[in-house]
Formats: sequence, structure tokens, C-alpha cells
Amino acid sequence: MAPPRAIKTDATTTPARGGGREGVVTPRTARANRVKARSAAAAAGRGRPKGGQSTTTGKTRRANAASSSDDGRSSEDDGSSASEDDDEVVEKSTKKKGFSDENAKWLKPSAKTRAEENSGSDDDDDDDDDDDDEGSSSDDDDGDDDDEFAALDGAGDDDEEDEDEDEEEGSDDDSGSSDDDSESSSEEEAMLPIERKALKEDARRAKAQEDARAEQLETNIQEDDVYQLPDSDDEDDDGVPDLSAIQMRIQEIVRVLKDFKNRRESGKSRADYIGRLVSDLATYYGYNSFLIQYFLDTFSVEETMELLEANEQQRPVTIRTNTLKVRRRELAESLINRGVNLDPVGKWSKVGLLVYDSRVPIGATPEYMAGHYILQSASSFLPCMALAPQEGERVLDMAAAPGGKTTYLAALMRNTGMIFANEYQKKRLSSLVANLQRLGCTNSTVCNYDGRALPKVIGHVDRVLLDAPCSGTGVIAKDSSVKVSKSAEDIAKCAHLQKELLVAAIDCCDANSKTGGYVVYSTCSIAVEENEAVVDYILRKRDVKIVSSGLEFGRKGFTSYRGKNFHPSVEMARRFYPHVHNMDGFFVCKFKKLSNRTVPTSNDAFDEARAAMASGYFDTGNDDDTRIDDVNAATATEQQEKKKRKRVPGYVKAAKAEVEAELATKKSSTPAGKSKKAKTPKKK
Amino acid sequence: ARHSRLAATERTLLYRTPDSQSRAPGVMRPLEESELEQVLTKLFSFVGKNIENILQRTDAPHSLRLHKKRVYYVRDDVMKRAVSIGRDQLVSLGLCIGKFTHSDKFKLMVGALDLLAAHAKYKMWVKPTSEMSFLYGNHLLKSGLGRISENTPANAGVVIYSMSDIPIGFGVAAKSTQDCRKLDPS
Repeated sequence: MAPPRAIKTDATTTPARGGGREGVVTPRTARANRVKARSAAAAAGRGRPKGGQSTTTGKTRRANAASSSDDGRSSEDDGSSASEDDDEVVEKSTKKKGFSDENAKWLKPSAKTRAEENSGSDDDDDDDDDDDDEGSSSDDDDGDDDDEFAALDGAGDDDEEDEDEDEEEGSDDDSGSSDDDSESSSEEEAMLPIERKALKEDARRAKAQEDARAEQLETNIQEDDVYQLPDSDDEDDDGVPDLSAIQMRIQEIVRVLKDFKNRRESGKSRADYIGRLVSDLATYYGYNSFLIQYFLDTFSVEETMELLEANEQQRPVTIRTNTLKVRRRELAESLINRGVNLDPVGKWSKVGLLVYDSRVPIGATPEYMAGHYILQSASSFLPCMALAPQEGERVLDMAAAPGGKTTYLAALMRNTGMIFANEYQKKRLSSLVANLQRLGCTNSTVCNYDGRALPKVIGHVDRVLLDAPCSGTGVIAKDSSVKVSKSAEDIAKCAHLQKELLVAAIDCCDANSKTGGYVVYSTCSIAVEENEAVVDYILRKRDVKIVSSGLEFGRKGFTSYRGKNFHPSVEMARRFYPHVHNMDGFFVCKFKKLSNRTVPTSNDAFDEARAAMASGYFDTGNDDDTRIDDVNAATATEQQEKKKRKRVPGYVKAAKAEVEAELATKKSSTPAGKSKKAKTPKKK
Repeated sequence: ARHSRLAATERTLLYRTPDSQSRAPGVMRPLEESELEQVLTKLFSFVGKNIENILQRTDAPHSLRLHKKRVYYVRDDVMKRAVSIGRDQLVSLGLCIGKFTHSDKFKLMVGALDLLAAHAKYKMWVKPTSEMSFLYGNHLLKSGLGRISENTPANAGVVIYSMSDIPIGFGVAAKSTQDCRKLDPS
């Protein structure tokens, strides 16, 4: 650790030596110090000149000292006329002990019993050296001196003896001076407290510097590296969760997940991070973890964050002008006169207006009363635009309340033709009727059926709009109770209902209509089970195909999702998101019905087999439209001929053979036999 | 007694008088004579001779139908298709003109506004200041009256417009035009 060492040594070498600059003690200063010390020592009466310069370096000296048996002593071998080396050696080697050499009798340890002090007090250079050595061994600073010595020694040579010595002396001076309070020269003593304090101050400052540097290194490391994922044990917070801390954690985890390989903490799997993120997002935004997990599965992490943020804010209020009564420009003028701040909703719609704010309640103006506009979210324009009913057609809206889409359809048809507006829930019927009345849709009839029963009642219509009841995961901004109330079972139940309704819708539609034959399926949800899965199901169940909805913006539908693969034409369906399009989450898909054929419901064995074929159990390939055709030789269509070209699996052929055999037997059977067959249980 | 009962049912079956009791109540059906009379009288006070335009329209034939005590004004082809909808499930046809109360009096409802406004004979215009007050159900006073069509007799059916010619309601004129001129603002 070179830097810390450098700092420390710097600190120790900047004593109160007349404001010596920080840094290495130069030989000059060391010599100066030595002179000063010498004179001070002389003044103090120690007066023992430093002996000859030792020819060995500090290290060797120490080594000598260590090796030589030492009685003694420390700095105080004034009297010892032994070679300086010996003295020094002796001094260096021994510490704080009683004097064990022959000088013990008359040599007393100094009053300051501290070893450093002892060592530093009496002698001058030698003392200083000794002091330094001993001090260095005991003190931090002294230790630093050691280091310094070592470093110097490494570089040092005989030539540099002096320097070494000087530096040693200098450092000795430092430590000695810092240590000693007492019997040293008065000048030194006077200096000492100040010096000591100064030294401590420098040391403190240096340490702070070093810490700062170390911290900086640490933070640098942190940015590049590991975010410590808190264990779930830490987070048993009974009290109010700290939202800002959670927000920080969310940011951190998102950052980690972006570059997972490099930023992960070893020992934590991706699942740990994701699990933590799910629970944090759920706490922060107020969802149940199922929904967060669902979003994370469907979208990327960044997009999930955007979606969650967008769901916190309301989408802007939009109104749709009722073109049966008024034009958009006129309506805009009259509303602006009332003090409403509005704008056209976008290039994609000619009837929509976006309301920023208004002085009067937007739902209570006379224009509203007169039925000139209706409050409707922008995403609800889309399925009607996709359906595009022509004038004079018969249209069915299977889940019509509160009537925004129905009235739009009526406006598109200019009050010609006929609209069946069906609504299952009785309590929503009144709003539907009221809106129809208010907007003046005279071509409409409202009925109250379960959508699944409609095919028997209504018969064939040209177009059908099904805005299916859904789990509402796209309109969380409007209804935040969806955040906590939805689970996998809810979505599955909705999906089941939607499939049934869509089958009924397609059955109501007339494939042979001259101008129509279209069904639009839409939901205000972004869950794949309710959207693409339902659409894919219907492709297998009925003779339909997906066509382009005519909406030029919006994301394409998913063709595969978590292992499930959908028909490639599902791509033509459109998805809308709050964070991308600034409207409610929505899904729109337009079908064209190819033929009126459905699964027959008779109880004949032949028909049973046909039903089995039609159910899709016997998979004859990827073409979802025409699985039924294989068996139905009687009603051959273009698709059937096309299908016959495809390879048919063996079991299908076997089933066909069986069926034909049955046919043969049936023809030859007696009427009585036939009636018996009629009693077999009905298979749907 | 049995004979008479038989005779009664026979009679209804044979002659098929369009009696409201002959059908199950609430089924969509054309209006009875008595009912029709009431409706037309009401409309006449608003529309006058234009009433022919209402019932015999040139562009598309419309008719009045009764369903569960409400009277609907509906185009014929729409009406025919609606027949297939069951009695309990049918909620509304076309435009709801009004309804019959428990004591079988006919009341016009707001759905009739469009129809009336199209053929109205007597009109009143309300000042912008009193517009909202009228919409909230208060009567229109002379102070709030912007314009009034000439020769409005007293107790005539009147259609009320806002100053921008948007029909906002209808009612009965308490005073005739001449009286209005003489009277105080309230």
C-alpha cells in the first residue's frame, strides 16, 4: 500500500520544524535539524558529541544491534565509550529495560519512564538515533520511521550513510522531540507540546486525506461494481415502508439487471434480484405481486417501469363529437366559447377532441345535454374505426354499455341500417339507453341478453363489435382497484368468457353478407391470455381469418409468449399502451368470416366424428382456418380443396375411413336403427 | 257462465280486436286507439299540422310502438327486426317518445325533443344567462326569454332553444305572446 505509507511518512516527517514543508526531509534540512538538535542538546547539557559516523547503514546497525548481545541500553549510554556502533546498537536493541550493562550503577533511566522519552531525552545524536529507533519501534510514527528507514535503507549505501543518519536523526529528532516533554533542553521542551500537537494535527489531517482517497476509490469501485442486494431477512419492516429507500433500491436493481453479468453480486441469482424488484415495485406502486410479475414477464424491465409510471397518471379527457348532430369544428367553437380548452385529438381521428381543462364541467354543458358530444376515451374510438360499418348494414354490439361505441357506430352509419345494442348487466342498461337517446341514434334497438345466447335470437348480421368484458389491466389509471384485485384465476375466467362470447359473435355474423362479414374483438386489457390467446383460439374454432384493422399506429400483437406460439396472423392485431400512445391500454383485432360453417350439434355418429375433427384435436397442420374441411366432403369449399393438397396424418385418415364406413352402414340401416341412434347422447 | 266465457274468448280469437288485453302485457305492439289519440293530441299541441310528417314520413316509414308502457317512435325495418327479441329482453327501440303513467296518462319525455324540434310550430329562445337555470329544471321567466315566435297561444306546446339554436327542452306556454309583452319580467 504505497500511498498510505507515503502519507504517513510524510506526516511524520513534517514536524514543527520551523514550518518544514510537507514531504520528504531533505538531507539539508535533516542536517540543519541535526545541528539544531545538537546545539539544543549541548545547551541542555547533555553535551555528548555524537561519535563518529557509523559506517554502516541504519539497517545494518540495527542488525548489529540485534545480533550483538545487548545489555543495554538505550540512549543513555553517554558514558559508554564503546564504539558508537555498539552504543547505537545497544540502544536500539534494548527497550525500557533496566540498565544491564556496567553502567547500570550510575546510569539511571530518566524520570520519564516512557521508553521513547527515555531514549530521546539525554543523548544528542545518539540519543536521537536511539530514540528514533526505539520510538519507531513502539509508536505509529516510529513505526513509520522504521518504514522510512527501511525504504531509505533499501536505497541507501555507504555514501548515503550520512543522509540516512541525518534522516534518522531528523526522524529521531522528531520522535524524540515529540515524545519528550521533560528534561530535554528547555527549547525543545518548549517546542514539544506544540510540536506534539502539530504532529497529531498533521497525522489527523493526513489520515483524513487518506480516508478520503480510500473512500473515493471505494465509491469508484461501487459504481462499477457490486450493489449489495439486501437479504429478505433485513426487510421485515413492520412499520411504514420507507418509500424513498424503496425507490432507491428499485433504481439500483434496475441498473444491475441492465448489465447483469458485470454488475451482479456473486451468490445472488437473477431470480433473487427479480424477486426483490417485484416486491419493491408492488410496495411502491401499490400492486399485488402477481400483476407486477405479469408485467415483468410481458415487457422488459424498463418498459415495465414506464408502464407503472404511466398508470399512476390519468389519461387526458377526450370527447367525441356526435356527427349526427354537429360538426367537430362547430362544436369546438361553441365549447371554446364556454371556456373549454381543447385540441383535436390527433390526425388519426376526425371526431375526437382532447380537453385540457375547462371552466365549466364538461359533462354538463348545454351541448352535452343536446347530445352534441359524448365523453369517451380515445382508445374506445379504435374498435369502431376498425369495424367501419357501412350505411344500411346491420350491426351488432355485444357489450354495448354505456354506449360510446354504439353511438359512434350509429354516427358512422348516419342513422341508417340497424344496430342491435346488447348489454347483459341490467344496471348498465339505463346508461346505454340514455346515451342512445341523447345522441339521437334512432336506428338502434337495445336488448338485454347474455351474449352467448345471441346467435339464436338475432340471426345473422353484417358486422359485429365485441368489446369484451375484461380484467381491466389496461385501464389501471382509471380504476386503481385493479392493481390489487386481479389474480391469475381472474384473468383465466375472463379469458374463458371472452372465448365464448367471441364464438357467439362470430356465429351471429353472416359470412355471406355482401358488404360485411367482419367481426372486431377488442378489450381494454394488456394481458396476453385475454387477447392473443383468445384470438388464436378462435382461429382454430371457427372459419375466420384475421385481417388488417386499418389502424396505422399501435404495436403489433405478440405471436409468441412464454413458450406459447400463436398463429402468425395474430401480428395484425394491434396493441396500445398508456406509456406509448397516451391512451388506455387496449387491444383490437379484426376478423373476416370465411364461411358460416360451425360445429354441428346433432347426435349422429357421423356428426360426432365430424365434430371431433372440427374440434382441432386432430392437428392437420398450421393452417388454422380449415381443419374442419378434411371430413366435410359434402360442402367442399376452396379451402377444402386447398387443404386436400396438404399431407394428412395417418390417424386422420383412419378416422375418415371409419366415418365413411359409418356412413355406408347408416345408409343401409333401417329407420328403426336410425331412431335408436338418435337417442345417443348429444355431443356438442 | 261458461258459455259466455267461451264466447268472449271466441270472440277475441275470431275478431281479433286490437285490444290491449288480448296480448300479453308488455309485448311490443302497435298503439291502441285510445292510446294513439292521447299521444297525437299531445304532439299536436307542439307540432300542429306537421304531425302528418311525423307519422307518414316520406324517407322511411316510421311507426309508434308500445312496449311496457313506453311509446317508441321507430323506423319500420328496425321495428321488424326487433320483433325477434323477447319481451323481457327488449329495452328500447329507436326513440322513446314518452310513456304512460300508472293512470294511463301520456307524458312526453325528453327523447321526443329531437322530433319535436324538427317540426315545432312555436318556439322560444332563452337567454344565455337563464340557460343553465332552465336546464336544471326551473321554469322560464320572461326575464330569461330571449325571443318568442309570434302568435303563440296560451297553453301551447313550445320548444325551447338556446340562443345558438340548440333545442334544449320543451314545455307549455303559460302565457301567450301578447300577454308576455304586457307582463312584468317575472
